[in-house]
Amino acid sequence: MKFLKLSLFFAILAVAITACSSDSDGPEETVDTFDRSAMLANWADNIVIPAYSSFNSKVVEMEAATMAFNETPTVENLQSLRSVWQDAYISFQNVSMFEIGKAEELRFRNRLNVYPTNAAQIEDFIATGNYDFALPSTIDKQGFPAFDYMLNGLAETDAEIVTFYTSNPNAEGYKNYLIDLSQTISSLTNEVLTSWTGGYRDTFVANSSSSASGAVDKLTNDYIFYFEKALRAGKIGIPAGVFSNGTLPQNVEAFYKKDISKELLLEAINASVDFFNGKSFNGNTTGPGFKAYLDYLNTIKNGENLSALINSQFTISKNKANELNSNFVQQIENDNSKMLATYDELQRIVILLKVDMVQALDVSIDYVDADGD
Amino acid sequence: MFTAVQKYFQKDTQAAPLAVFRVLFGFMMFLSIIRFWANGWIEKLYIQPKFFFSYYGFEWVKPIGDYTYIIFIICGIAALFVAFGYKYRIAIIVFFLSFTYIELMDKTTYLNHYYFISCVAFLMIFLPANAYFSVDVYRNPAKAYQLVPKWTVDSIKLMLAIVYFYAGLAKLNSDWLFNAMPLKIWLPSKYDLPFLGDLLQQQWVHYAFSWSGALYDLAIPFLLLYRPTRWFAFFLVVIFHVMTRVLFPIGMFPYVMIVSALIFFDMGFHNKVIRFISKLLRIDYSKMVALSQTRKYHFKRNIALPILALFFMIQLLLPWRYLAYPNELFWTEEGYRFSWRVMLMEKAGYAQFKIKNTETGEQFLVDNSDFLTPFQEKQMSTQPDFILQYAHYLGKHFTSQGHKNIAVFAESYVALNGRLSQPYIDPNVDLMKQQESFPRKDWILPFNDTIKGL
Repeated sequence: MKFLKLSLFFAILAVAITACSSDSDGPEETVDTFDRSAMLANWADNIVIPAYSSFNSKVVEMEAATMAFNETPTVENLQSLRSVWQDAYISFQNVSMFEIGKAEELRFRNRLNVYPTNAAQIEDFIATGNYDFALPSTIDKQGFPAFDYMLNGLAETDAEIVTFYTSNPNAEGYKNYLIDLSQTISSLTNEVLTSWTGGYRDTFVANSSSSASGAVDKLTNDYIFYFEKALRAGKIGIPAGVFSNGTLPQNVEAFYKKDISKELLLEAINASVDFFNGKSFNGNTTGPGFKAYLDYLNTIKNGENLSALINSQFTISKNKANELNSNFVQQIENDNSKMLATYDELQRIVILLKVDMVQALDVSIDYVDADGD
Repeated sequence: MFTAVQKYFQKDTQAAPLAVFRVLFGFMMFLSIIRFWANGWIEKLYIQPKFFFSYYGFEWVKPIGDYTYIIFIICGIAALFVAFGYKYRIAIIVFFLSFTYIELMDKTTYLNHYYFISCVAFLMIFLPANAYFSVDVYRNPAKAYQLVPKWTVDSIKLMLAIVYFYAGLAKLNSDWLFNAMPLKIWLPSKYDLPFLGDLLQQQWVHYAFSWSGALYDLAIPFLLLYRPTRWFAFFLVVIFHVMTRVLFPIGMFPYVMIVSALIFFDMGFHNKVIRFISKLLRIDYSKMVALSQTRKYHFKRNIALPILALFFMIQLLLPWRYLAYPNELFWTEEGYRFSWRVMLMEKAGYAQFKIKNTETGEQFLVDNSDFLTPFQEKQMSTQPDFILQYAHYLGKHFTSQGHKNIAVFAESYVALNGRLSQPYIDPNVDLMKQQESFPRKDWILPFNDTIKGL
């Protein structure tokens, strides 16, 4: 009896306290549960897969142009191959951040875009004809940066470059290397795309669990990792000498082409912004993404408007990046402070993403599943 | 008053509860070690990292490469010996030392419940937990006792009461009670739980969990002590800890606490447990208990009581040491650990280190992933003592690489309980010039908000 009375007392106490506490927080609004599966579907169907399809068509074109150039190595064919390569490289900036699933398995970003490329070893590979792009040790001898060297770095003028594929004693070796580069890029891309269209899309969307292995957590980690390491550090920080004593202009993206580094950067920032806002790849409609998710969570938390802060910092960074010379080597040599200023603005985004957004989403930043208390 | 105290220390009680506690504790610890190993955490946490974060004063405690496994093996075997009550005194001492050594190797993995295990193990060194239902008694019936001093069983109850009550006190702050933080961050992210997922999106649920959690922690020791409410209290213990198990990655702790709470029950209950275990293992437990119903354990030397008195004094006072520091405890974490502040805050941070040559002005930033595991980096970025130790490590590393006149600066940001991130460490302070010590760290930037309460 006593037991019953006591339990009743505590039950009433608990109810009373909860009632009071929710009163104290002002009018209760009923919030709809945010649909993570819808967000994953928006990401997959409207952003990731269209971006890969578009990129894939570019690399298919690049492969065709490479074959055409190998067949008739002329200055015109070199220039048209170069322009297709440039389009593909720019298009790549839209998929580089999605290192998940097949792309993660293939280490897609490392296979396609490790720079600076190792020109001396590329020459070795061409001379011996002995190389295997599947080996991790070859990542800095393949992909777009190696292609950059093959199209823009062999000599000063286009006419001289073409001679490597015509009159050079090992012209066959150069041609083979070029087509191998092109084919590796297109087959890897094709593999990733067909994985997405052939079933991984459904696995991805269905994996809406809140664990560290859930698709939301994983892609969030991938996105932030990409932004911090590949975009902020890779494209700006490392060449501007942020991580070293002195600048490293030879480490800019598209070092041999020179005048597209800025275009690549801006494309990458735009892709990051669009992904953050859930904006579809082909068009202007937006669906559920980080922005909508943060806005939803903020209806619970009533904190700062984080998505607006992040978007405005994106804009500031883009404006800073726009002030840069399209040739980053020149920019670094003439006025590196502008590179550093851009780095600082990108760094502010990293903090907002990695500290504030990660906390708001309660995403674990690492995959170590150690206990908490 | 004094006579009452004296009288209390002469009181006896049945040895069975202590014996059951020993068996279950030892067995749980054995399972914990196995689980830790099976998860690959020994490798991941103690062998792979290049660098380990030491506790102040325990810099000499380090993993010993692949031999670290041996420490875990010793610890696991000792736990099993404790469970069996075989060479109990040595076993529990070895368990305490090896377990505590493991915890001291890297403070990245600090958890209150590991500290709790160390405390209980230390306590048990001084308790006659093998006086009943143990291999020691089976081998030497002279060691069998039916009765033990009442304070020995009560000391475990006191330890548990301190853990709960102090955890409850720590929740009496404005973030926890009036903002339902950090539960407002944690609970909505468990959207995929069956039945609960949608409920956990509701604000009233966050407040209900916060308040009932605080109330539970404060009240449960008393509800367990008071006989009429004991079963109800135990029911709450089970509900509460199962709930935490479902909601948070909390490992073995819930089970350890549920099992520990059994100590509050009377000997009738514990004899049932002993009979059950005996049946399960097909052992004749009558050979493991004292023949005389009145045989009473006496402490030979009178050192256990003074040591434990001192131990509990420390336990009661240590959590209050934060009062000696002027700034917000959650922000600076000066005096945060070893105080039963459990699941109290959500902190995220980012720390970037700049190595500068003070003569030439040359500088560069460090890529933390070159030196730390993601887990270490995460822990480092929100805790000043980690940041300082890491800065010194970086300074030494780059000095040995031939860099000269090194100064190390940290640019760091921390977000606490859903507030917007703000700068954390003074970016103009050369951390190489700062030393770890007990006085306040004045290079932590002030917290731009106040959290009221204890």
